[in-house]
Amino acid sequence: MGKLTFSMGGVHPHDSKYARECAIEELPLPQTVWVSMAQHLGAPAKPVVAVGDTVKVGQVIAEPGGFISAFVHSPVSGTVKSIAPRKDLAGNPVMHVEIAVEGDEWDPAIDRSKTLVTAIPDDKAAILDRIKACGVVGLGGATFPTHVKLNPAPGKVAECLIINGAECEPFLTSDYRIMIERPKEIVIGAAIMQKVLGGCKCVIGIEENKPEAIRAMGAAVAELGYPGITVQELRKRYPQGGEKQLIDAVMKRQVKSGGLPIDVGAVVQNVATSLAVYEAVQKNKPLITNVLTITGDHIPGNLQHNYLFRIGVPLSFIVEQAGGIPQTAAKLVSGGPMMGKAISNLDATTVKGSSSVLYLSEAATRRHPETNCIRCGKCADACPMGLEPFLLNRLYKAGDIEALEKNAAQDCIECGCCLYSCPAHLPLLDNIRQAKGQVMGVIRARAAAAKAAAEAAKAAQQPQK
Amino acid sequence: MTQTIIWTVAILTVLGLLLALILFWVARKFRVEEDPRIDEVEKVMPGANCGGCGFAGCRAFADAAVKAPNLDNQYCPVGGDEVMQKVASILGFTVAKKAPQVAVVRCNGTCANRPRTNEYDGVQSCRVKAALYSGDTACAFGCLGCGDCVAACQFGALSMDPQTGLPVVDEEKCTACGACTKACPKHIIELRAKGPRGMRMYVSCVNKDKGPVAKKACAAACIGCGLCAKTCQHGAITVTDNVAYIDFTKCKLCRECEAVCPTGAIHGVNFPKELDKDAVKKRIADRKAKAAAAQASSEAKSASADRPTPGLRESEVGKGVMDAGVRGGAPVKKEVANG
Repeated sequence: MGKLTFSMGGVHPHDSKYARECAIEELPLPQTVWVSMAQHLGAPAKPVVAVGDTVKVGQVIAEPGGFISAFVHSPVSGTVKSIAPRKDLAGNPVMHVEIAVEGDEWDPAIDRSKTLVTAIPDDKAAILDRIKACGVVGLGGATFPTHVKLNPAPGKVAECLIINGAECEPFLTSDYRIMIERPKEIVIGAAIMQKVLGGCKCVIGIEENKPEAIRAMGAAVAELGYPGITVQELRKRYPQGGEKQLIDAVMKRQVKSGGLPIDVGAVVQNVATSLAVYEAVQKNKPLITNVLTITGDHIPGNLQHNYLFRIGVPLSFIVEQAGGIPQTAAKLVSGGPMMGKAISNLDATTVKGSSSVLYLSEAATRRHPETNCIRCGKCADACPMGLEPFLLNRLYKAGDIEALEKNAAQDCIECGCCLYSCPAHLPLLDNIRQAKGQVMGVIRARAAAAKAAAEAAKAAQQPQK
Repeated sequence: MTQTIIWTVAILTVLGLLLALILFWVARKFRVEEDPRIDEVEKVMPGANCGGCGFAGCRAFADAAVKAPNLDNQYCPVGGDEVMQKVASILGFTVAKKAPQVAVVRCNGTCANRPRTNEYDGVQSCRVKAALYSGDTACAFGCLGCGDCVAACQFGALSMDPQTGLPVVDEEKCTACGACTKACPKHIIELRAKGPRGMRMYVSCVNKDKGPVAKKACAAACIGCGLCAKTCQHGAITVTDNVAYIDFTKCKLCRECEAVCPTGAIHGVNFPKELDKDAVKKRIADRKAKAAAAQASSEAKSASADRPTPGLRESEVGKGVMDAGVRGGAPVKKEVANG
């Protein structure tokens, strides 16, 4: 098969993967960690420890707060100092469990050896339970609880499991490094998920700018010999790593507006999630570590790292360990330059989904002055969802929520291609994100009203019986 | 020639009369009955069509008012009591007088009070900014300073003060329509009673952080110490989530809370005289000392009446004094010492 890519829109930013040669280093332990209770999509977790408790590495410290939620485990051993709101990356207060680090004592149930466990357990329900109990969430960015995603609604059949190794965001190299350093674990993780989904085929999609990763993953697949797993080379294009774009690229199927990937028979999981699944199922290790890239433009090589960090380590500690903030940095970003969020509070802690700290220079982050829209249509060409950003921008300004919904503002994946390609430097994404929020609010209110009406009708029917 | 003219005129006249008859009949047959009072009510409305009353415009308000059984659920904030009285007299209702209100900005995070920790170069819109992060300063609750409220105001009553970076309400122009309160993503603008001659008290802070955190973020933050609530004689002040709130329906404008507030988060506006903090503090201290003494003596009396055993009396008396001391004594003692 040749190189594949998605059919609509997309942009080609320079990949800037300067930290690609930096091997993964293990970050030392800080004196204190703060573990966030809201590091996954859905309801925040509820703490189950009390102040003064001693915890071991891997011990459950919070349980799911709803159906879409996840367990949280202690990343260190020590004493719980406080359970209180603390400011997150954006400066908003979120409940955190503060743990003072004492030694490094692991829960004895965790297998810390380096031996590869290739035999996959038979019981699907047991595998899913293990994934849930280990608090595994999607590490591609959305942090959606993995056990929910791997358990499709009745009647939906997964035809293809896509392992996302695209890492299309510029600068980020954490997925690349784990694909090079731990390819076998990722493949076993993929085989486990394949089994849970009922033995569907599995495609590992990797972009062409990572040939070493393609080779390493291909070799691992060939050596381990699980049936139905293939490595697929993808053309380099942003946002290839978007769920719907990757499905389009690999399966040539489009998810319709408001639909889920499973509607077209696809389940997409990130390579880092696959690794987490391997560690959870085969080694009984909860999701307490992840890999994070520290890089940026115009910064010396010795400040660039790929770190294996314990989740809950404050960003300031990581930055300090990595050699401090370089002089040229004007803006710190968590995540990729396209979709990442600016760090306004360096005291914030890392969460399960943390993928990078970027130091971006003044030149790279400066906003250009806005000029008028000339209707050139570049944004509409770039939109991978086939939307018309210039129109959505105007409708948002006019406050026409009805028309925004008709023009599918709710389908925006916030990839930033429109903003990237706009010659007038209009803040298209900023406005569309607002519009999307408003439309989603209307859709949710409507769904809630419909549900209430249905229940009322049901209640009215019952006494007649 | 003459005949042609006569025929033409005659035919057109007959045709005109015929059509007029048809139109007359149609107008009678399909006439829409509309209460004439709607027009009358609309005439006395201010005609701002601002939507502050909760209706689409002045006519929608008039329509609803005519149909409603009473005017309890309707109020025109722009016209105020004057307009409501007129509407009531047209419709034969009675309306209770409502105190006129005004928009109040409950944030005093000026550039001087609130040091900037971040620089924002994105879209100048509070809503966009609030979606991205908590703001330029360490305070996650205060004014974002992009002026969404100014843009929302149809009456030109709001403006941004470049010195402080905060919105300023022009009391003359503000109609209390509430558009700004809805536009502000941080919900810092509140409609409050205008008060007699415009005099009113309010807590100019909504920071829910604990005291030290709030204080570090902003010099003028409410730290939730509760001194004001303890001092207030009228039960108007409550402290919830580390921030005080003055109930304007209970406030008697004595300004004692303003005097005791350690951070100056409580503001009194439009008072004719500047607040003499020391005098007010002395007044409070005197009152508390008197109350403590009165309580001590009454406890002593009751103790002697209830328990005639001499051995027990002394200890009971001592307890009474100590209780009074704990309840309101600690700050009092300090103030007395200062005074």
